[in-house]
This record gives sequence, C-alpha cells and structure tokens, in this order.
Amino acid sequence: MILTTPSQRRELLARSHMIAVVGASANPLRPSYFVFRYLRTHGFDVRPVNPAYAEVDGVPSFPDLAAYKAKLGSPDIVDVFRKPSETPQIARDAVAVGAKAIWFQYGVINPEAIRIADDAGLDVVFDRCMKVEHGRFDGGLSVSGMNSGLITAKRRPVASSPIEDTTELQST
Amino acid sequence: MEVGALMSKDRPFGFSTRALHAGTAPDPATGARAAPLYMTSSYVFDSAEHARELFSLRSYGSIYSRISNPTVAAFEEKIASLEGGLGAVATASGQAAQIVALLTIAQSGDHVVASSNLYGGTVTQFSVTLKRLGIEASFVPNSDPDGIRAAIRPNSKCVFVETIGNPLGNIADIRAIAEVAHASGVPLIVDNTFASPYLCRPIEHGADIVVHSATKFLSGNGTLIGGVLIESGKFPWDAGKHPLVSAPSPAYHGMNFAETFGEFAFLCRARLEVLRDIGACMSPMNAWLLILGLETLAVRMRAHVANALRVAEFLEGHDSVEWIKYAGLASSPQRALAQRYLPHGPGSIFTFGVRGGREAAVRFIDALQLWSHLANVGDAKSLVIHPGSTTHQQLNDEEMIAAGITPDMVRLSVGLEDADDLIWDLEQALAAARKGARAFVRA
Repeated sequence: MILTTPSQRRELLARSHMIAVVGASANPLRPSYFVFRYLRTHGFDVRPVNPAYAEVDGVPSFPDLAAYKAKLGSPDIVDVFRKPSETPQIARDAVAVGAKAIWFQYGVINPEAIRIADDAGLDVVFDRCMKVEHGRFDGGLSVSGMNSGLITAKRRPVASSPIEDTTELQST
Repeated sequence: MEVGALMSKDRPFGFSTRALHAGTAPDPATGARAAPLYMTSSYVFDSAEHARELFSLRSYGSIYSRISNPTVAAFEEKIASLEGGLGAVATASGQAAQIVALLTIAQSGDHVVASSNLYGGTVTQFSVTLKRLGIEASFVPNSDPDGIRAAIRPNSKCVFVETIGNPLGNIADIRAIAEVAHASGVPLIVDNTFASPYLCRPIEHGADIVVHSATKFLSGNGTLIGGVLIESGKFPWDAGKHPLVSAPSPAYHGMNFAETFGEFAFLCRARLEVLRDIGACMSPMNAWLLILGLETLAVRMRAHVANALRVAEFLEGHDSVEWIKYAGLASSPQRALAQRYLPHGPGSIFTFGVRGGREAAVRFIDALQLWSHLANVGDAKSLVIHPGSTTHQQLNDEEMIAAGITPDMVRLSVGLEDADDLIWDLEQALAAARKGARAFVRA
C-alpha cells in the first residue's frame, strides 16, 4: 500500500526496527550518511547496502539485499538513496528478500518502482526523508521550528534520547 | 506510551484550533498545559558523542539559544502552521527577519526587486544598508507586476512586497507577482505584517517566503519587539540561481544545504548560518508572549476589522476629511484586490488626509484623547501617527512621493476599544483641528 498520510508513516516507523539503507554513503557530508547515522543513534538496527564500501560509520556494508537477507533475514524497511532510474531493480530486490516496506527518499520518485513494490504488497513511502519523519513524531522537527503538522492536547512521551541513561543518584 | 495512539488521524484542523494548539502540545516533561518558558542560554549535552551529533547537525536538539530555543521553537511552529509554511525562523525584530531572509539568498553583487510602497525603515534597509553590503535594490511603484517583470535582472535573487502597503494600504496582487517572479526563477517574499495570517496567507497565493514584524498583530498588545520568517518549502532552491542555498558551504565543511536538507534547505541555512552569524535571535520571553498573542489572533483580527470599518465609514463622510484610503470601503479602488486576498477584511491600519494640510493634521493628532500618538501599529489600543514627520521621514523627497506620503496624511491603527468611543474622540479632535485653523486665520 502506498502510504501518504502522516499517521501511516508514524505507524510504519513505530512497527519497524530492521532497516537496510540502499546507497548509504561513508562520506559524512552526504544526506544518506546523515540519515544512516541518525537512525543508528535512535534505536533502529540499521545496515548499509552499498557495494562501494566495506563499511559505513563502522558498520559492515552488504553488497546487495540478498547478502543482507542471508545474514539478518528480511528487513522491515528498505530505505533507498539511489537515482530513480535504478529503483525498479531495487524494488524487485526488496520484494525478493521479503521486505515489509520500501521507503524512497527525497526526489527518489519512479512510478514503476512504486508499482512493483505496491503490487507485491509492500508498504511504500516516496519523496520523504526517514529522518525528518522520525523527527516529526519524536519532537525533533518541532525543536527546529518546523511545522510538524501535529495537533494534540495529549501529553506525549519525552523525545527519545540517543544516549544511554548515565544519571547518578545522590544519597543524602 | 505510543505517540500514534494520541495523534489525531490526519484531520486538517481549522485556523483557530491551530492557533491554540500547533507547536504547543502539553509539555512532555511536566504535563504543563501552557507553553513553558525556557529561559536558558544553553543546554547540557548527554555525552561528548551527543554534542558531536548536534554540532554536525545530524541530530535534532538545542545547543545555544542564539540558534534555537524550545519556547521560541514553539512560537515558530505555531506561526508556520498558521501561515501554511514548512517552518519558521524567529528573529529579534521584523527588520531582522527581512535581513535574515535576504542574506540567506543574496550576497554582494546581487540584486533585489521591491515595491516602492513599503514601510520607510524597509526602504532604508534596502537602499542604504544593503547597498553598503553590495546588494542593490530596484523599487517598483505600486507593486505593479509588469513593472516588477521589467525590473528583474539576471542577478536578481528575489521580489519583495507587502500584502498591505505601509502606509497607503495598497494591496499586492500576490498571485500575479508570484507568477512574474517564478517565471524568472526567483522567489517572492511577502511582508504580511499588516494582514496577519488570519486575514491573508500569502503562501496560499504563490508566495515563497513570508516575513512579519511580530511586534504588531501577532503579539497584539504592543509589549515586545520581534520578527519571524516563514518559508513554504516549495521553491526550487537547487535550480541554479541561489548558490548560497545550493552550493557547498564553507561554514559547515563544504556541506550543501539543498542536498542535505532537501525542502528544509532555505530554513536550515537561514537559521544555522545567517541567524547564527548575525545573532539577531528572539528572546524566549518574547516568544512566550507571542504564543499567548497568537492564541487569540482570529478573534482579535475580526474585532479589529469590524472597528476599522466603523471608523473608516465615519471619516469618509466627515467634512474635515480630505480623502481616505481604506480598502474595506465600498468606494475604494483597492476593493476588488482586497476581496480577493483579504476576504475577512483588509486589516485595521489606514490613512486619511485632514483638511487644512500638515498644520491641521498635527493639531488633530495633538487633540486626540484616546488614540495613542506613537510609532507602532497592530496594538489592541488604537494608535495614530503623522508618517511624513515620523515613520517615513528618513525618505528623501523623491522616495516620499514614490511612497505616496503627503503632508496632510494621518495614519490610524484601529484597536479594540468601543467603536463609539473611538469615533467620539476622532470627532472632537477634528473639530479642534478646525477651530485651531480659524483661530490661526483670525490672528
């Protein structure tokens, strides 16, 4: 199913843990590195799929999705940072490894790739950034002065900290 | 507890609901219902690694309140929601919002096209201060779309107009101007101060960036100085005409804002480079007051417009009034544009001429008892000023004529007092201005 609403994206992120980032870059200035690093520090099991690198941010890189599946099983989301013309094959690979969803980042728009994944029953998000969408629901986007679009009179959980709790209690 | 269980299912909430709730959900830490005031300069890092992630922009969070602050961010999200924008950057003043917006896209050697009917301080900011920085401005009378088209050059970086011009009340044909700007690959910046997002949302009509003096209607009580810019997220900054947004930045080790932040590129550069380096940030205290102000924006603007129409209709029929320019009057040549862009009314700031010229205008102002004589607009209290000798006095004669400032001109900002009381005061002051004239003649 093609997911187009904020609540659909929020629910997808909430039920997903294993993320394969196709096209993750080891260059710390690239958007794919930003997203890879962000997801890694926010509780996801995130792995690079990129034959150009042995590792990204210290995490061993898989040459393709088949290699990912052989080692870790099916990913919950295949996150795609490749040019649109390459995406139909990536969509077929995602279907073949039993991915539950495929997420095409900003500007990665290819109707054929979307159709392949949608027809195979995968959840599809396109032209969205996973870091931005996570930040939208986690409060990060709001602390940056961005319009999250969220309206609620309910108290939400404190934004997730990427860092383990190091609080020391003082006895009196 | 899961956020999703608490989230409304994608309902497009109305203006007043968003004015009350956007950006100000109950405080996650304490459950406080009113927005907390985070009066702090800086924020502890969880660890050295966390600090590194924040400074390299890879994680969201606050570092230092010159760049961002949770209370300021709550105001930013609220006004961004009300204007229908992607996000906002709050600044120390309206003038700061303009310069931050301009310096995000323009540098020495560049050019901007602006309406000539702008707040005098804006004209001076462009014609004197920006010029000293090597950015040239061309001014086009009456925000005329054809004139704007003719004034755009290859090095033009934006078009700048006011929704409702200060002080003449001329209304910009936002859609036509946006089309002209976009045809040349440049964004349209609209100063929406006199309208507020309740009366007009320029982004809905094709504008790319909206700026405000938040001092005015957004605050509503004349308590603070503040500004804000809002961006639509729809302008193609990476099309080649705006290298400041879409080329590698030396301020972040060669990072390319357009590539890294996608639709957020303009807002990220405005905050993380320009606001950071200029330092004209908004105080959290002012943001907190603005949050309170925005909660009641819709009801206040409805009352402002209703009072303004009563006052304008009174003045229009008065013997001592030479002329009046309020687009809410049936007789106004601006009425068609006003109905298109400001269907709930063209604000509550307008000008009129006192019969008897400059001397009569000054006598009129001095005789007022209830209208406050000061240099501001958009207060809950009614305000009056003589633009020719105050807000626009820094203009030269030529600029004064271009801005339409005449010696008999008085500017009113109609507040929320009882309309009958406002009219009573205007009536007695107009009589005093007339009496003064006779006394002068007799002497």
